[in-house]
Amino acid sequence: MGKELKLMKGNEAFAEAAIRAGVDGYFGYPITPQSEVMEYLTAEKPHERTGMIVLQAESEVASINMLYGGAACGKKVMTSSSSPGISLMQEGISYMAGAELPCVLLNVVRGGPGLGTIQPSQADYFQSTKGGGHGDYHTIVLAPSSVQEMYDYVELGYELAFKYRTPVMVQSDGAIGQMMEKVQTGDQKIRLTEEEIIRNCPWATTGKTPNRERNIITSLNLDSLVQEKHNIKLQKKYREIEAVEVRFEKIQCDDAEFLFVAYGTSARICLKSIQILRAKGIKVGLFRPITLYPFPKEPLYKMVKNVKGILSVEMSAGQMIEDIKLAVECKVPVYHFGRMGGIIPSPTEVADFLEHQFIKG
Amino acid sequence: MTEEIIIAGFGGQGVLSMGKILAYSGIMQDQEVSWMPSYGPEMRGGTANVTVILSDERISSPILNLFDTAIILNQQSMDKFESMVKPGGTLLYDPNGITHHPSRKDINIYRIEASKEAANLGLRKIFNMIVLGGYLKVKPVVGFDNVIRGIKKSLPERYHHLIPENEKAISRGLEIVEVVQTV
Amino acid sequence: MADTITKAEIINPENLVYKKTSMMTNNVLSYCPGCGHGTAHRIIMEVIDEMGLQAKTIGVAPVGCSVLAYDFMNIDMQQAAHGRAPALATAIKRLHPEKTVFTYQGDGDLAAIGTAETIHAANRGENFTIFFINNGIYGMTGGQMAPTTLEGMKSSTTPYGREWQRMGHPLKMTELIAQLPGTYYVTRQAVHTPVSVRKAKKAVRTAIELQQQNKGLTFVEIVSNCNSGWKMTPVQANQWMVDNMFPFYPLGDIKVDGELVKK
Repeated sequence: MGKELKLMKGNEAFAEAAIRAGVDGYFGYPITPQSEVMEYLTAEKPHERTGMIVLQAESEVASINMLYGGAACGKKVMTSSSSPGISLMQEGISYMAGAELPCVLLNVVRGGPGLGTIQPSQADYFQSTKGGGHGDYHTIVLAPSSVQEMYDYVELGYELAFKYRTPVMVQSDGAIGQMMEKVQTGDQKIRLTEEEIIRNCPWATTGKTPNRERNIITSLNLDSLVQEKHNIKLQKKYREIEAVEVRFEKIQCDDAEFLFVAYGTSARICLKSIQILRAKGIKVGLFRPITLYPFPKEPLYKMVKNVKGILSVEMSAGQMIEDIKLAVECKVPVYHFGRMGGIIPSPTEVADFLEHQFIKG
Repeated sequence: MTEEIIIAGFGGQGVLSMGKILAYSGIMQDQEVSWMPSYGPEMRGGTANVTVILSDERISSPILNLFDTAIILNQQSMDKFESMVKPGGTLLYDPNGITHHPSRKDINIYRIEASKEAANLGLRKIFNMIVLGGYLKVKPVVGFDNVIRGIKKSLPERYHHLIPENEKAISRGLEIVEVVQTV
Repeated sequence: MADTITKAEIINPENLVYKKTSMMTNNVLSYCPGCGHGTAHRIIMEVIDEMGLQAKTIGVAPVGCSVLAYDFMNIDMQQAAHGRAPALATAIKRLHPEKTVFTYQGDGDLAAIGTAETIHAANRGENFTIFFINNGIYGMTGGQMAPTTLEGMKSSTTPYGREWQRMGHPLKMTELIAQLPGTYYVTRQAVHTPVSVRKAKKAVRTAIELQQQNKGLTFVEIVSNCNSGWKMTPVQANQWMVDNMFPFYPLGDIKVDGELVKK
C-alpha cells in the first residue's frame, strides 16, 4: 500500500502506523480513551494485509507479558493502554527493561489517580520518565503533539527500541488520541522474515541451532555482583541515550523574553497562547520536549541566558517542572501552570496566567 | 485564513460527522485541519460538540475557548457557546427547540430552519447537511466542489449512493439560511 | 579374570542402558535431593531430544524453584514474571506457529498469581503445552501455603494446618482446566517411581505431539514432593505424597482427544 493522505484520529493513526511499520503483534486490553487502537486494528484485518497478529488479552498484565514473549523472539510487538492499565503493566515493563527487550507502548493518558477520569491529562509524566516499575531503569518516552506525530513516532519508536534493546513509550493523552487531523502515511513495510530476525537479533529465542549457544532471555541474576554488572551496562546505555537521542522543538524562541515549556496537548495550547500574548507585545516562545526521557536538559539550559523566566504548562500538578528546574540550575525563575483531573486549560487561561501572575506577580 | 468553529447539539444530530465532512473538505482544499470532539459518557444521549479548525497555517491549539463561528443546534449548546463567539464572529443556529434566542449585539447571527426543512423533505438524516449548507453560505471557507469531495472521502463506499441526497441538502441549506443581524 | 566385565566393556554402546540427554546442560541442578523437578526436566528434555525438536523449541520458565530451569534445559528459553508464563507462551506461539512452545510452572505460579493467564490461555485453546508441577507448597520462598496445599497440611503460613474455613480449599486446577473447550489433552502424572516416570514421559510426548497437530492447549500436571518444604526425608515425602496427595489429586488422564475421561 502506497502513501496516503487521510483524516484520522490520533489513536487510529497510531494503529495504521503499526500495520505499515510491519509490526508482528499487537496485544491489548480495552480502556477509554484508547480503545480505537484495537478496534481499528481488528477492523483493518492486518492479518490479511501483513500477517500481523492482533490479540485481545485478558488483562493489561497479560498484554505486557505477551509483549515480553514476542519481543524475546525478536518480533516487533506493541500494546496500547491508558493510565490505570499502564500502571498494571509496570511490572512487565520493568522485566522488559531488565531483560533488554524492545517494544513500543502507547499511553493515552487520562486523569488520575485511581480510576480518575477519562479526560485528557499529563499526570503520568513521573511514571513514564522516572522508571514507573521497580529497579533502576528508564524507558525512552516520546511525546507526540499532533496526529501526524502519533503516526510518525511508531516508526521512530521501533528504531530506538531495537537500537537500544529497550521499551519505548509513546506518551499521548485523550485529546490527541481522540482528535482527527491530516495524516500523511508512509509506504507499507514488509514484516521481517525469520532469517532477517535471526540476523538482526542474534540474542532472540528463535530455537537453538547447533551453530550457536542457547539464547536465554531473563532479568534474573541471583549473584549480586553479576546483577551490578548488568546494572552498569544498563546505565551506560541510558547515558548514551541521554547523549544522542534528545529531541525537541523551538517555536518563536529567537526573540523570546519568556518561555513556555510544554509537551503534547499543552504545547498546542501554548501555541495559541503565544498568538494571544504576542498580539499584546509580550515576547513569548515555546520550547517543546519531544523526548520526555531523555529530557532535553542542555538545549534548554542554553536558552536561559536570553529569557526572564520559564512557565511550565502541564495538565498535572507539576511534574515536568522538576526536570526543567534541574536543567536550568536556578538561573531563571521557573513556575508551573496546570489544570488537573482531565481539564484542558484554555489558551486564554494560560496567556492570562503568564501575563498577570507570572510577569506582574 | 484560519477558521475556528464549534458545532454543538444533541448526540444523533450528526454534529460529529458534519465536522468530519468539513475537515475532509479542508483537506481537499489543501488546508490544515483539526477535529476535536467532546468524548466519553457525556456523549451517550446527551450533548455532543466538536471543534473544527481549518487553516492555511500550522494549527495551534485544537482545543479553544473562543471561536470564529458557533453552529448551535440545541438550547444547552446555546447557553454554553454563545458567549464563546469572538466579537465580530458568527453564530448560526437552528431555532427548533430554542427558547432563549441569542442576545449578543457584537456578533453576526444567522438562523436556519434545518429541522423543519429536513422534516418537510422527509430526509431527517441529512439534517446536518442542510446546516452545513447554511454555514457555507455565510462562511464560504471551502468550495462546494471540495465539500462534495470531502463527503466522498468521509463516507464509506457503501453509502456513496446517498451523495446526491447530501448534495441536495447542502444546496437547500444555502438557500434557506436567514440573516438575523450583521455587525 | 575373563568372567568379569571390564570398564571398556561397560561403556560399550551395546551395554549402555542410560545416558544423560544432551538436551540437559552440564550445570548442577539447584533442586534439593529427592525433589521431582530434576526428573520432570529430564523427561521433557528427553522427549524434545527424541523428537529432534531442539532447534524448534522455545521454553518458558516461571518464578519459583524452577525459575532457573533455563540453566538446565539446553534449549532457547525465556524467564517469565510470576504467573505470566502462559501470556509469554501465547505470544511466542502466535508469532511462531511452527515452533514447539511450552511453559514449566509450579503450583503457586500457575494456580495462584497466574490463574487468569492459565485459564485464558486454555480457554483460547492456545497451541502450546503447560507442564504443571504440583507439590502443594511454595518451595522457593520457604514452604508457605499454596492454593494446592491440602486441608490440614502444615506450611510456614499454616503452621497449625490449613483450615478451609479461613484459608480456602485446595484448588484442583487441572480438573478446572479440563472443563474448558480450548484444552485437548489434560493429564495428571507423577515421577516418584520408575513406572510413574515412564508413564509421565509418555504423557509428555503425547502432549508435544498433539501440540504439533494444533489441537489446542495440552496440559500435563506432575504431582511431586517437596521434602524440604514438607520437612521430611525424600523417602518419607514420597510416601506422604502417595498416602495424601494422590487420593486428592488422583493420577491418570482427565481429558483425552478433547473429551473428558469418564471415571
